[in-house]
Amino acid sequence: MSRSITIKDISRSFDLGGRTVLALDRVNLNIAAGEFVTLVGASGCGKSTLLRLIAGLDEPDLGMIEVAGVEIEGPGVDRAMVFQNYSLFPWLSVLGNVLFSRRLVANRYDLTASERDGETARASSLLDLMGLTRVQDAYPDQLSGGMRQRVAIARALMSRPAILLMDEPFGALDAQTREVMHDLILDVFAKEKSTIVFVTHDVEEAVYLGQRVVLMAPQPGRIDTVYEVPFESQRLPDLRLEPEFLHLKRAVMQRIRETSGVGNVAAAH
Amino acid sequence: MTLPIEHNVSDTPLAPPPRRRRRGVDRLWAIRGKSSKTEFAVFAIAGLLVPLAGWMALSHSGILPKLFMPDPIRVIARFWVWITREGFGQDMQVSLLRVSMGFLLALLLALPLGLLAGTFRPVQVFLEPVLDFIRYMPAVAFIPLVMLWFGIGETAKMAIIFIGTFFQMVLMMGDDVRRVAMTQIEAAQTMGANRREVIWQVIFPAAAPALLTTARVTLGWAWTYLVVAELVSANDGLGYAILKAQRFLQTDKIFAGIIVIGLIGLVQDQLLRWLHNRLFPWHGRG
Ligand SMILES: Nc1ncnc2c1ncn2[C@@H]1O[C@H](COP(=O)(O)OP(=O)(O)OP(=O)(O)O)[C@@H](O)[C@H]1O
Ligand SMILES: [Mg+2]
Repeated sequence: MSRSITIKDISRSFDLGGRTVLALDRVNLNIAAGEFVTLVGASGCGKSTLLRLIAGLDEPDLGMIEVAGVEIEGPGVDRAMVFQNYSLFPWLSVLGNVLFSRRLVANRYDLTASERDGETARASSLLDLMGLTRVQDAYPDQLSGGMRQRVAIARALMSRPAILLMDEPFGALDAQTREVMHDLILDVFAKEKSTIVFVTHDVEEAVYLGQRVVLMAPQPGRIDTVYEVPFESQRLPDLRLEPEFLHLKRAVMQRIRETSGVGNVAAAH
Repeated sequence: MTLPIEHNVSDTPLAPPPRRRRRGVDRLWAIRGKSSKTEFAVFAIAGLLVPLAGWMALSHSGILPKLFMPDPIRVIARFWVWITREGFGQDMQVSLLRVSMGFLLALLLALPLGLLAGTFRPVQVFLEPVLDFIRYMPAVAFIPLVMLWFGIGETAKMAIIFIGTFFQMVLMMGDDVRRVAMTQIEAAQTMGANRREVIWQVIFPAAAPALLTTARVTLGWAWTYLVVAELVSANDGLGYAILKAQRFLQTDKIFAGIIVIGLIGLVQDQLLRWLHNRLFPWHGRG
């Protein structure tokens, strides 16, 4: 199950010590149901702000966001978010974290006994998918960083969100672990069929995962370029070495440098 | 063309590599080093014996008259007399009851207020300026007022303990709650948690260890205010016993009283630490 996201003329500004920062300036973007979109761009270009707006954790000054054609009002169970870190509940075991959403009224539609068994089975299969079965009774503080992020993803997937929002979920992981996580997330995407919006600093990650790469530029935060990624959704690690992949990666990196406004005299615009 | 990997082919066994683990003095005195159980015991016992020996030496040196500086053995003997003939059990029971009542009342009111102040900005803004102001007023200075209001009964003692702990507790608990990571709250919200669920299923369990620590710290202060209250107005209790001993120049009993209060505090503290570890086994790892 997946849903489309329509971002219509979104603006959001912040007050930073008396100065107004335009974090997003009239941003428009359509994301199709079941699409995997990655967001890249120089630091401070408003990627996190945009993602938080889609999640409903923040409100735009102007414009609106629709999910499957309906304007959003605050956070909802259809949009799960995976944060960079510190979002797990340290007092719950791995299994307890994954099952957290089951305890909430919002998810407590009348379940028959067999459906309730189905929920437990789903938790088990998610733990299995994430390779966490052996540590399901451990507390988050006992796990490595990579394991913690896998728990966070399993927890977000538990309530079958139509949309999965991820803000640099692998930013704190080492390169090897990150590559493993990439194939895992593609696997999740193939199986769960949610719409995914994925923010990252890592251009290689963005090109490897995304069907489209949306490049944002700072000051004011806006969408600069949208790249179609020409590879099929079934991707293998060696794709990263293909000339076509490297070409696209280089083009994106080049453009980020041009738009970052740092160390660049002839700034675009 | 690949080169064969060289294996160790010499048939004489290699000497074992030198031990890398630091031993003995080096390890013990390493910065933030660890100690074995025995070393722990040695240092802990020494930490108790050194002041005791110092005390012994001082009372036998003759610098101070014996009357003002009784030695530990006399204090223990005097303590035994207090237990068997002067109603120590009664004194302790009364004091314990007073501390518990005053402290529990403060806790019961401070906990919800702290939770609200740490969660909702308007409550914080409403409470904090006043509390910040009041907490700098010395609780002891309220005693005359408290005596005018409540007389010298049990209520007065509870009131002093309450004044000494409540305001600080609200502020500290508000901070405890405010330190709960926003990402944990937002993660719950994106899973569909409503306000009540965020408060009871995220904020409260996340802040619980810090709240218990705050309670443990303030319980220590409650004892201080109890003794103050009993020194000023009481007919029984540990503080009163100390005051009466002063009137009769029984320094050994004063010493006994002070040490007993210290011991009660220590036992309470250990109990609460044990409770902390039982309730929050997940806390403070990794
Ligand atoms: N809560 C806030 N208060 C004030 N300013 C904010 C807030 N959130 C974001 N901003 C500002 O908005 C701009 C965009 O921030 P945002 O976090 O969205 O950038 P980002 O693209 O995610 O950056 P990074 O790649 O470093 O995470 C920045 O200039 C930032 O200072
Ligand atoms: Mg960000």
